[in-house]
Amino acid sequence: MTALSLQNVTKSFGQMEIIRGVTLDVPQGERHAVIGPNGAGKSTLFNLISGRFPISAGSIRLEDQEISGLRPYEINRRGLSRSFQVTNIFPRLSVYENIRCAVLWSLGYKYSFWRGVNGLADARERSEDIMERIGLAARRRDQAGVLTYAEQRALEIGITIAGGARVILLDEPMAGMSRSETEHAVALVRKVTEGKTLLMVEHDMGVVFGLADRISVLVYGKIIASDTPQRIRENAAVKEAYLGEEAH
Amino acid sequence: MNVLGKLAPWILFAILLAVAPFIFTSGTSRTMLSIMALSIIFALSYNMLLGQTGLLSFGHAVYYGLGGFVAIHAMNAVIRNKYAIPLPVIPLVGGAAGLFFGIVFGSVSTRRAGTVFSMISLGLGELVASSALILRTFFGGEEGITTNRSRLAPFFGYKFGPQIEVYYLIACWCFVCILLMYAITRTPFGRMCNAVRENPERAEFVGYSARMVRFIAFSLSGLFAGIAGSLAALNFEIMNTQSIGAVQSGLVLLMTFVGGAASFIGPIIGAVLITYLQVTLSDVTGAWQLYFGLLFIVMVMYSPGGIAVWLALHEPIYRGGQLGRLMPAYAINAIPLIVMIAGGILLIELADWALVKAETEGPETSVFHIPMNSNSFVPWIVAIVLFVGGALALKRTWPLVQDAWGAALARIREQPA
Ligand SMILES: Nc1ncnc2c1ncn2[C@@H]1O[C@H](COP(=O)(O)OP(=O)(O)O)[C@@H](O)[C@H]1O
Ligand SMILES: [Mg+2]
Repeated sequence: MTALSLQNVTKSFGQMEIIRGVTLDVPQGERHAVIGPNGAGKSTLFNLISGRFPISAGSIRLEDQEISGLRPYEINRRGLSRSFQVTNIFPRLSVYENIRCAVLWSLGYKYSFWRGVNGLADARERSEDIMERIGLAARRRDQAGVLTYAEQRALEIGITIAGGARVILLDEPMAGMSRSETEHAVALVRKVTEGKTLLMVEHDMGVVFGLADRISVLVYGKIIASDTPQRIRENAAVKEAYLGEEAH
Repeated sequence: MNVLGKLAPWILFAILLAVAPFIFTSGTSRTMLSIMALSIIFALSYNMLLGQTGLLSFGHAVYYGLGGFVAIHAMNAVIRNKYAIPLPVIPLVGGAAGLFFGIVFGSVSTRRAGTVFSMISLGLGELVASSALILRTFFGGEEGITTNRSRLAPFFGYKFGPQIEVYYLIACWCFVCILLMYAITRTPFGRMCNAVRENPERAEFVGYSARMVRFIAFSLSGLFAGIAGSLAALNFEIMNTQSIGAVQSGLVLLMTFVGGAASFIGPIIGAVLITYLQVTLSDVTGAWQLYFGLLFIVMVMYSPGGIAVWLALHEPIYRGGQLGRLMPAYAINAIPLIVMIAGGILLIELADWALVKAETEGPETSVFHIPMNSNSFVPWIVAIVLFVGGALALKRTWPLVQDAWGAALARIREQPA
């Protein structure tokens, strides 16, 4: 089954057409990377899929159900979760609260104001497990806003996966990290997206070619190639439009 | 923490509520205690919005006032028709009214947070307050609507004529409402209120509609404000349009802010303090609203976290056993602070007398029981010298507090964990 399917998606801001007819199919369980120069529209594409912005035309289907036009929380409830390029957490809540807020809906607690949150064993266990996996268990009591950059990025991923979404969108999860932090983060992404469908924007070519099953190249709002890492590396058009540019 | 440790503050608070009228036995102070207790509910309901959900409302008195008016009409209907409904049940009616209007107005005002929400709350507040002046049959015009609480059906023999009986009725409601509002902060919804306050956008990407969270918070807050308003109705046996208007809305903002919106206990402190000041100041000075305004400005400028933050700051010092080390510095600073405040009060009182009362009552007045003439230069100069001198001295003594804090913290750090 196709986890995520985009058909001729376009998006204009005023006169400017930023996404110009993107068609993309991501099968279930695939790790799919989107690469492309700055300003190509990668983050905008994520914003469209996750419901942050409405699309101008086309269709977006999540597991064969149309999701364009839905609100972000409705899309999230259907099993798609995303992270942000610019860290987007709850800065004055503790690490534990950050994660727990992200698990509550998926466990069915909704807007409940009649049951104690601290007594919810499943929410606590899930949060503990996520904190363990993102390596922040020792910082559970600390305010998210005081974490280091790399820790905040890990928390960002933790919040994104906490609800158990089947389709995960990560927008440049390793941007701005040192080499050792990046290695750590790659292992983290690999671990937490095990068995899930992953769509990821990433600039570091080493990371992309190591992690992705398939790569799409987005240039000026159009996908110019979508293939295996091996074939993308050899693709002349891609080299010219993107990889060549990286080289010098 | 064990169960007893968790229950201790509640038991303590219940005891405090129970014995308070035997410590403060005069009629005025018992009335004041009653107002304090219902103001606590009102301020906590306001903080469900401000502190918990990050919504700054300028029209919260709408739900307090409407709850009160519905309650007073309910009481009169009960009296007229001789229903067997006793007084303690009446706040449920007012609470239902508050909830109803919270749902109605919340559905139009909680779409957005921030400035938009604040402006809509202000507009709705003005709308309701001006409608109240027009709809005289319901709101009673300038005289308001009166009732007689002792004519309702007795409740286990109590008719709630004496103030002490009403006090206990209000205190019981106060205890229950505090407990409920505290419990709500510790539910999935309560935590998502905090999340929406912190980052409404992110909340939407973990499955929650920020608007729905705000809407529920707003409705529940209306419910508790309505209960507070009906307690006011049965306490005073009169409701008038002032209790629905901007002054009342400003008062609850003041209570919450001065007490501290960031903690649960802050609004409780604020409600007690502001009620005390309101009752006592309005007796001794015509300029009491000016003092409230100044208090608000000073808090915003120098202590935006409110009084609760002072307590929170001192907690680790107290646990480290170093509180005594701060006291000398505090005592030294208290002197210029008191001088400065005395100068300020003298200035305000002289100005109040010279501008407002001298025309009809002559220039002779007395401040702090000291007779003086508001036309003479001397008291003015004394006031200015006290105020400016106190302020300058405070500037010099303040580093003592900082040093004492540094020393206390250093000692705590040296202690074995
Ligand atoms: N909300 C917006 N309004 C107007 N223009 C936007 C908006 N968001 C993105 N853009 C524009 O869309 C283009 C693509 O941006 P983005 O998707 O962030 O690129 P990428 O993530 O590939 O670097 C940029 O030129 C940017 O200025
Ligand atoms: Mg981007």
